Amino acid sequence: MRIMIGKIGKWFDHRLQLAAPIREAVEHPVPRNTASWWYVFGSAALTVFILQLVTGILLALIYVPSAGEAWNSLQALNHDIALGWFIRAMHGWGSNFMVAIVLIHMVQVFLFGAYKFPRELTWILGVFLLLMTLGMAFSGQVLRFDQDAYWGLGIGASIASRVPILGPLIVKLMLGGPIIAGATLSRFFALHVFVIPGLLIGFVALHLLMVIKLGINEWPMPGRIVKRATYEAEYHALTKKDGAPFFPYAIWKDMFFAAFIILAVAACAYYFGPFGPTGKPDPTIIQTVPKPDYFFLWLYALLSLLPPSLETPALLIGPVVVILGLLLLPFLSGEGEKSWKRRPIAVLTVLLIAIILGTFTHLAGFTPWSPHMNAWSGDPVPDRFIHGTTALERQGALVFQVKQCRNCHSLGEVGGQRGPTLDGVAVRLTQDQLIRQVIQGGGNMPAYAKNLSPAETTALVAFLETLHPAGQAPARDASRDVVAGDEKRPGGTQQ
Amino acid sequence: MSISTSTPAKLAPKDDDVSSSNEGMLSRRGFFTKLGILFNGLAAAVLAVPIVGFLASSITRGRASGYLSWVPLGSVNEFPEGETRLATFQNPYVMPTDGKTVDTACWVRRIAGDQFQVFAVNCAHLGCPVRWFPQSGLFMCPCHGGAYYRDGSRASGPPERGLFEYPNKVENGLVTIQAGELPTPGAVAFLTGEKPPCVS
Repeated sequence: MRIMIGKIGKWFDHRLQLAAPIREAVEHPVPRNTASWWYVFGSAALTVFILQLVTGILLALIYVPSAGEAWNSLQALNHDIALGWFIRAMHGWGSNFMVAIVLIHMVQVFLFGAYKFPRELTWILGVFLLLMTLGMAFSGQVLRFDQDAYWGLGIGASIASRVPILGPLIVKLMLGGPIIAGATLSRFFALHVFVIPGLLIGFVALHLLMVIKLGINEWPMPGRIVKRATYEAEYHALTKKDGAPFFPYAIWKDMFFAAFIILAVAACAYYFGPFGPTGKPDPTIIQTVPKPDYFFLWLYALLSLLPPSLETPALLIGPVVVILGLLLLPFLSGEGEKSWKRRPIAVLTVLLIAIILGTFTHLAGFTPWSPHMNAWSGDPVPDRFIHGTTALERQGALVFQVKQCRNCHSLGEVGGQRGPTLDGVAVRLTQDQLIRQVIQGGGNMPAYAKNLSPAETTALVAFLETLHPAGQAPARDASRDVVAGDEKRPGGTQQ
Repeated sequence: MSISTSTPAKLAPKDDDVSSSNEGMLSRRGFFTKLGILFNGLAAAVLAVPIVGFLASSITRGRASGYLSWVPLGSVNEFPEGETRLATFQNPYVMPTDGKTVDTACWVRRIAGDQFQVFAVNCAHLGCPVRWFPQSGLFMCPCHGGAYYRDGSRASGPPERGLFEYPNKVENGLVTIQAGELPTPGAVAFLTGEKPPCVS
């Protein structure tokens, strides 16, 4: 039997002549200390990518890339087809894992100085692989053609439209027509299923080829400086003196981690289930709060927090600067120290970026900048704010509620956080200042002069003036005492 | 080796060397190779015309006949004076696979008589759907907190301008608007000759 298999194998190899190069590739010597758990993320990314290809093809057996039918076909996958929900969940969680692993891989490569000579091109291809992974994540979100996808496309179009002169043309090219419709979904399907995966496969192949040809980055030792003239000879000496064949010496860790990742994706898929789809992509249903998927939440936060005047330049120039910076990195610091222990700026940069992205993502989880559209009708003024108030002040609390102030201002930590919380507003603003703020707005608050009668304004301000901590007096305009003589506490004395 | 140039055609493996050293003279093989490249270039150019034309059709089609046309929203009487109501219309440019996506919503404000303002639901910031709150007379956007007054002008938040407005007219008792394109900040600035937001 064994002889038979050997004969068949020989017959094929005589024609294919692949055995020798494959053996050479898997047995290429690697420095012993690279057989580390730190070196498993690249192969893990490849594993998840293959998982995505498999689950993606399975989904394509049922999915219909038509604006009229996509949502229904997703429902069928979720509910009608046996295990359709699980394959969808695997694909969705696989995409989250892939973005995360690619980012971790990139950070590891950066901190280990693996982008330096002669592996510059490997890094550059890696940057493109990251961009394509993000492109897959975004286009995949579009294919889950629900309300989030629909309005997410609108946001993408709004950003693209801001490109000077060419903006409107880019929008039509992106949408495949004048509006978000059937052609839009079809072209994102083509991108997600043919164009980007095709490029990804090609780039991954080149990326891997270079890893094998140039050798895996050795474990960085503080003080071992990379020089263009001597590095390659030193590396070969190292693999000769202290090397071992990749297979089987190092590969077992990759294999363990790959299996672990697949099981982790499956576990997440099993326990948390598939993502959406949310509501039908019907543009006439406007009671929706679109939100991007997890990996674009930081961008969502950034777009709310940037000053309006900076927004367009930041959106258009920012990505160019970041991508150029990443591409130029191996040329700007292609030599020198590899070890993170001697590269404090590199470590701090990674930490800074991680903290920024983490903070923005965290903020986007509860969106303090968004009005709570239902707070005015859903969150009543807490009892304690009305306890022992006068009729006028209660009327003011009513105005406060009915005029949607709650959508942006919280009371007792309930309500929108777009504007400042009003729990102690009377301590901060005098009666006159409150009236002015309500009537004229300002500081990112709309003016309410046209939407409040004088009586309503009076009542509202009377209520606002009760909002101060028990032992703390409300703010008062000292000059008023002088003018009006010994007036009682303000509030209700104005007309 | 490279000097023996008398019979370049017979020295096929070294053809490159020969032709380069034999300045001015083009070998038969080299000539046909170049002709082949040229011929393929021609084929590529011929092929590029339909490919580019096909890819750009979403742009060029809009230029030729225009995506915009007048669409009725409903009878004037459906919109009480002094109020703002949500209306829906079907986008004039429809493909058979569009499904519900061609149905579009807009906010119709009847000021008085035949005087109307029709706003796109898309926020002028990044296009999320704004909601109308008649009690406070504000449009609010759920995404990044843009707010607009009842006449569509910017009240607060990140938008740099007021709500997008569809041109409207009343015809045969029907409120009619000129629509057909997704209103985006850049596109509207482009159509109306406004400065793009990055210049201001």
